[in-house]
Amino acid sequence: MGSGASTQHHFAFQNAEKAFKAAALIQRWYRRYMARLEMRRHCTWSIFQSIEYAGQQDQVKLHNFFSYLVDHFTPSSHNERDFLNRMFTEERSPRDSEMENCRDYESIEVLDSYTGPRLSFPLLPDHATALVEAFRVKQRLHARYVLNLLYEARKHLVQLPNINRVSTCYSEEITVCGDLHGQLDDLIFIFYKNGLPSPERAYVFNGDFVDRGKDSVEILMVLFAFMLVYPKEFHLNRGNHEDHMVNLRYGFTKEVMHKYKTHGKKILKLLQDVFCWLPLATLVDEKVLILHGGVSDMTDLEFLAKLDRHKIVSTMRCKTRKEHKKQAEKGKANQTSSAGRPSPWFLPQSRSPPTSPLRPSSQKAHRAGRSSSVPCRVPLDPNELSHWARHSMDLELERCRQQAGFPVIKEKEEPLPLASEADPEAEGGPEPTQEAWRQVVDILWSDPMAQAGCKANTVRGGGCYFGPNVTERLLQKYNLQFLIRSHECKPEGYEFCHGRKVLTIFSASNYYEVGSNRGAYVKLGPALTPHIVQFQANKATHTLTMRQRISRVGESALRALHEKLFAHSSDLLVEFKKHDKDKTGLITLSDWAAAVESVLHLGLPWRMLRPQLVSSLTDNKLEYKSWLKNLAKEQFSHENIQSSLLEALYRNRSNLETIFRIIDSDHSGFISLDEFRQTWKLFSSHMNIDVTDDCICDLARSIDFNKDGHIDINEFLEAFRLVEQSCSKGYASDC
Amino acid sequence: MADDRSREGTETAVAEFHKKIKEAFEVFDHESNNTVDVEEEEPTGYIRFEKFLPVMTEVLLERRYRPIPEDILLRAFEVLDPAKRGFLSKEELIKYMTEEGEPFSQEEMEEMLSAAVDPESNSIHFKDYITMMVIDEN
Repeated sequence: MGSGASTQHHFAFQNAEKAFKAAALIQRWYRRYMARLEMRRHCTWSIFQSIEYAGQQDQVKLHNFFSYLVDHFTPSSHNERDFLNRMFTEERSPRDSEMENCRDYESIEVLDSYTGPRLSFPLLPDHATALVEAFRVKQRLHARYVLNLLYEARKHLVQLPNINRVSTCYSEEITVCGDLHGQLDDLIFIFYKNGLPSPERAYVFNGDFVDRGKDSVEILMVLFAFMLVYPKEFHLNRGNHEDHMVNLRYGFTKEVMHKYKTHGKKILKLLQDVFCWLPLATLVDEKVLILHGGVSDMTDLEFLAKLDRHKIVSTMRCKTRKEHKKQAEKGKANQTSSAGRPSPWFLPQSRSPPTSPLRPSSQKAHRAGRSSSVPCRVPLDPNELSHWARHSMDLELERCRQQAGFPVIKEKEEPLPLASEADPEAEGGPEPTQEAWRQVVDILWSDPMAQAGCKANTVRGGGCYFGPNVTERLLQKYNLQFLIRSHECKPEGYEFCHGRKVLTIFSASNYYEVGSNRGAYVKLGPALTPHIVQFQANKATHTLTMRQRISRVGESALRALHEKLFAHSSDLLVEFKKHDKDKTGLITLSDWAAAVESVLHLGLPWRMLRPQLVSSLTDNKLEYKSWLKNLAKEQFSHENIQSSLLEALYRNRSNLETIFRIIDSDHSGFISLDEFRQTWKLFSSHMNIDVTDDCICDLARSIDFNKDGHIDINEFLEAFRLVEQSCSKGYASDC
Repeated sequence: MADDRSREGTETAVAEFHKKIKEAFEVFDHESNNTVDVEEEEPTGYIRFEKFLPVMTEVLLERRYRPIPEDILLRAFEVLDPAKRGFLSKEELIKYMTEEGEPFSQEEMEEMLSAAVDPESNSIHFKDYITMMVIDEN
């Protein structure tokens, strides 16, 4: 009996021990699995961010390209002069007299067959609600109503101050939303979950309503409609994407022209003005400051409140009053130096001088640079560029000229004709002051950083990185509680930093890809304590587990990465060969990682990513030539075009698209063969791409599908799969 | 001689480990200051890279956290299912994971259940579950 009991006891103990061990093993396995998942999530995020920022650095290349043209290209023919003039024609904010022309929307007829929403002014709350519903079922607003609404919106915006002051004693709660970027589903979801705007439910939308997503037009219509219906409770801030120059690059211009073929130009023109009239910031109860980007150590709210925000047509670049005077003085005098030379008005003005023209700063360099602060006050005047930078640029430009085969001009001709000199108006000139422009750029483009200090935001090319001390100083100076800003995508849709004094709020869920991130909005009650609400506006993602969400995002990120790798095939081959001195055709994975990073400068964890990028190994080594070939096979199928040319096109596609759209200044969607050839010739020589003249002609001719001497921009980009397939599917053509 | 070679082998291995560890560390080092926060929103502690590197190198050299083979994992589940039904009820899994071994937090438990539980039977068919997770990883 006794022994039986102890044997039972023994078994029981053994079983308990086994169960314990089994449970421990399962837990260990599961935790390891989750850790790897977490790692993958971070890697994926890094991929998206680094590719996005690398794209922004394309702007630097574009800037250098046009600097080259401005400085050294002397048009040898009337055509060339016209062609370049189109790129450099100054644009200024339209005068009031010109705005009157926009009333001619009244002459636009709306046919009886039109079944979309109809608007009448003054707008009533029901109209605004009906508009949301109409868009939800994918209807489209007629151009006439679009123009009418924009016209009315402009009238309202003109009356608003630069810094909108809002009080919570009138409405019970105030909800602040961040970037929407054309994602109508998110806006509809917010209204569904949080409630439509009303006198009791105030809203602030913190900029970046447009670009990237496919329903930017509809979002604007809804936002402006509610703004007109509830002027005291519904507020909009300008974001860096409320800017016609940024729109050229990031899709809004394209969307408008697709949806409104007949009246698109007019709409864009009016929008350009409406954007300039958007307020720059909103202040709640004198305590919470809401603006799109951030602040700098020079941010002066009183100055911002007084400046003429309408003069800041685009934060990308504009001629400011100081420079204009300089130019008038130097005018015909000195042709060689680029002092006072106009920079194309549409390019971003980086705060720091370009270090190496063709090399975008890598994330690693950017990270390394954080330890040393660079003062924000870097002069914009090209005169003050370092000698080294000038000299190396000169050499490079000379080489490009020769390569491009342009005739050497013996005598210096007149400088490129500037646009009509702006006649000084009573308000002291149509251009903003340098200080005004800089203050606005700072609040629209800056990002917070963890380190103390304030330094130039070289990644974005505008604004700065501001540290906790900058925030603290600003809050104290103006007696504020905290700052709400947007501008950056966050995985959870929001993020606190600077000791919870800065809140980033981002409302475009699934921004990079379905499942990539949540969106969020923040509610401020009477005590102004923030209450965050998160969401993800895609039914599918709710049923997916984290595991599945991450894997889907991962695939998309990897595809983007494959493409980038392909776009640098030639450079990669050169690098790989350096690691293969014995010409075995194989390299170690360690060498592979080092080579890839030295070419792409993305600062990514290549060893982590290796299993997804390299599938087969020989003896633990990589056969790099066949690997590169496989990359090419994945991308496209245009055997008749020289492969290095295609690679070059891929690498520079966003710049190319931007350049094309700039050349197509009347937004017709077409450029002539000649213009295409000229552009490509100039650009490729600058970018050191080796193509023969014949090749360019062949390329141009093969794209001119109907042989009428014109190239449809979109077809060109489509033909080389330079445009995301989803974008072109998203629009249907219209009036 | 053999010693030398094995030492060299270890040195190369260590060098490779160092590169890998550094890369992994940097993924989580958001501010690029060689520190990783322990808690995301309210940092309660930091890990400095200089301390992390030697510890992790040891772990990798000793192969302490090797992946667990599928069949061993299956056997572990089977131990918890002595009646050999081929599944565990939701309550049973919760009990084991939160009371035995190194107990799960509530968050961990919920996340595991979200993928593991078959909603119709409210149980975990562990063989299928393992297969699913393994495919996903690869």
